[in-house]
Amino acid sequence: MNDDIIFEIKKDFMEKLVKQGKRIDNRELDEFRPIKVEINPVSVAEGSAKVSIGDTTVLVGIKADVGTPYPDRPEDGVLITNAELIPMASPDFEAGPPDQNAIELARVVDRGVRESGMLNTKALCLTPNEKVFLLFADIHVLDYCGNLFDASSLATVLALKNAVISSDRFEELEEDFPIETVETPVSVTFVKIADVILVDPSLEEEKVAQARLTVTTDSQGNIRAMQKGFKGRFTVKEIDEIVEQAIKKGNEIRRQFLS
Amino acid sequence: MEEKNTMLLTEDKKRLDGRELNELRPIKIEAGVLKQADGSASLIWGKNKILAAVYGPREAHPRHLQDPTKALVRCRYNMASFSVSERKRPGPDRRSIEISKVLSEALESVILTHQFPRTAIDIFVEVLEAEAGTRCAALTAASVALADAGIPMTDLIAACAAGKIDGEIALDLTKIEDNQGEADLPLAIVPRTKEIVLLQMDGNFTPQEFKKARDMAVEACMKIYQLQRNALKERYFAGGGIDE
Repeated sequence: MNDDIIFEIKKDFMEKLVKQGKRIDNRELDEFRPIKVEINPVSVAEGSAKVSIGDTTVLVGIKADVGTPYPDRPEDGVLITNAELIPMASPDFEAGPPDQNAIELARVVDRGVRESGMLNTKALCLTPNEKVFLLFADIHVLDYCGNLFDASSLATVLALKNAVISSDRFEELEEDFPIETVETPVSVTFVKIADVILVDPSLEEEKVAQARLTVTTDSQGNIRAMQKGFKGRFTVKEIDEIVEQAIKKGNEIRRQFLS
Repeated sequence: MEEKNTMLLTEDKKRLDGRELNELRPIKIEAGVLKQADGSASLIWGKNKILAAVYGPREAHPRHLQDPTKALVRCRYNMASFSVSERKRPGPDRRSIEISKVLSEALESVILTHQFPRTAIDIFVEVLEAEAGTRCAALTAASVALADAGIPMTDLIAACAAGKIDGEIALDLTKIEDNQGEADLPLAIVPRTKEIVLLQMDGNFTPQEFKKARDMAVEACMKIYQLQRNALKERYFAGGGIDE
């Protein structure tokens, strides 16, 4: 109950701040927390990336396996995305099968990668109808301090871009096979607090936010995936503002970390 | 995105099922169709057949989930195993879990939850037959069922998708249009304010195309809102002769 009172006081304070264009951690409304990336920290994985946005840290590993393609896509390799919100990352996470938050996270990240056509899935085919590479992108949240979507999405894209399937592990390959990527989707997440839009919410901001919107854009400035979350509402005008910002911020992140 | 093998539009921009680009499939809504539930609705939208039932506000179980300040809003979206051409394994899959989450959030945006602390409002949506657009149909039906249950709300929620087929923005995609089209944008609004409470998108839109699709979907939601209101009037003002 004590926590509830402190939460209410803090919420009031944060709402007052954003109305003045300020945030509790002194950021601008359109400012990301510092982003740090580490490529291939896990050498045994085909590809991996660790991304921190502020204090949020996510590790994504790519593992490959050989399997059968989907019957309707006989010449395409398969990407399978999963997210685990492990108890280490937050006092609110519990061990067990993925809950709806983990599933939503994995599916939103997957949608960005898939819909942008990032992977050349044809190149992952070994024998049409029979054998293709299955790529497993496993998102491991290590420290949850807000905005898992953007951290997980950036880490997944980086891990895929840097993944190499080793010929030592797969007799089907004569030489090492770097995974071919042709597009770089970037997701940018916004929340609305006291009717003010801000980018890259921290955990505190997520907890008081009315509504959340994630927009994934490609290098051409087109929109490839979107997901609205939380119980609040957006006006059409707010959505236009968010889309415009998502393209701009997406380009900045792409230039800095993905080119 | 899937390989294209069929043209989705004729030369004069008609669709495979004969619809115009901005034309909805036929929609039929009926409120109060189940006996046990506190509120219910059935909805036929093209070939989609959806049933929604509401229980509550009732004591929330398990008890540790109770919120002393408001009601829990829990929507369960479920597809019958026989609702799609290839049998679906019964029970929640990852897609249904995600849809249940976004539907719950959208519905909570209009329900006056603070009037019912420690309770749960359960909304069960069964997709009996599916032909694309089921999440919008589910949400449209669920909000009628909530009204039928007498749950206090600020407004109904109306939902509809728009997308892109053969390079043109089109309303309310069918299965083949969704599979072979270039983008899909399911959207739900609170009609009185036109605020957006559900928004998902996949595919490829330029910002201009997005705006066009969004406006088309919002306009269609306003039509669906009328159908929802008519269904409720039909139920509570028998004969339809009495206005409001």
